[in-house]
Amino acid sequence: MSAPAAPVDEAALRARLAAVPFARFFGVDLELRGDELTLVLPYRDALVGNPVLPALHGGVVGALLEFAAVMTVGLRLGQAQLPKTIDINIDYLRSGRPTATFARAIVTRQGRRIASVSAEAWQFERADPIAALHGHFLLTPE
Amino acid sequence: MTTDPPSLGEIVQAMIDATPYARALGLSFVSFAPARVRMRAPYRPELVGDPESGVIAGPVITALLDHVCGAAVMSAMPVRQSVATLDLRIDYMRPAAVGRGVLAEAHCYKVTRSVAFVRAVAFEDDPEDPVANATAAFMIASDGGRRPGANLKPSR
Repeated sequence: MSAPAAPVDEAALRARLAAVPFARFFGVDLELRGDELTLVLPYRDALVGNPVLPALHGGVVGALLEFAAVMTVGLRLGQAQLPKTIDINIDYLRSGRPTATFARAIVTRQGRRIASVSAEAWQFERADPIAALHGHFLLTPE
Repeated sequence: MTTDPPSLGEIVQAMIDATPYARALGLSFVSFAPARVRMRAPYRPELVGDPESGVIAGPVITALLDHVCGAAVMSAMPVRQSVATLDLRIDYMRPAAVGRGVLAEAHCYKVTRSVAFVRAVAFEDDPEDPVANATAAFMIASDGGRRPGANLKPSR
């Protein structure tokens, strides 16, 4: 793997995420340790999709996975603009409990125009994911 | 004085209102036909994904499609049971029009004992000019069939 175009620090990446109005509304944050990017979603009652269980909304888990994919592509490529989603395929593996959720993504293939990305979300244990995403993202021409 | 029973639309809207995330996004019920449900996500500044263009965020469309698919599954079942998304695939064809709400219509075209299959499309005016398409599978009775005696049923 080649190094990113320019070193990116956590504060710069967080500012980029916070520039997205929906990211602020959603309440998602990130942590960058070395080259490992983790998206963090603290629990809020407004994220619930099934109040009886209770469980996080499928759209919440999907959004977190998509943020992980988009931000990871943005980090790896050092592009000014975040990539655009072409398609996503989400497997829901277990219901999201009312607690903090984390997500990480890996770029499985990066072409000239398209990046192929996999992401996983988990809550209590990294090895026990609650959902997985695979998707394709359109890279914006520089 | 008598009170009319709630309409199906009122029931679906009440189910949206009872779902915190759907309420937070401002999702609303639009129309209903057997196994088909139509909902709307509003255009709001806080739901924007690209501050330069003002286009609504993809994850808002994802949530709308997931929710309308779940509602279509519920509407297709004879008895009310809880459902849970098993998988969801979305193709994003184009950005949604800036400043406009997005509609989504889902059709639950097959229900088996454990799984329901759904298609959905998101658009502004014309389903033939989609913003996004979704296909999804849902588990029915998300207790996973773990009721007493469930293991004694003959398998098919």
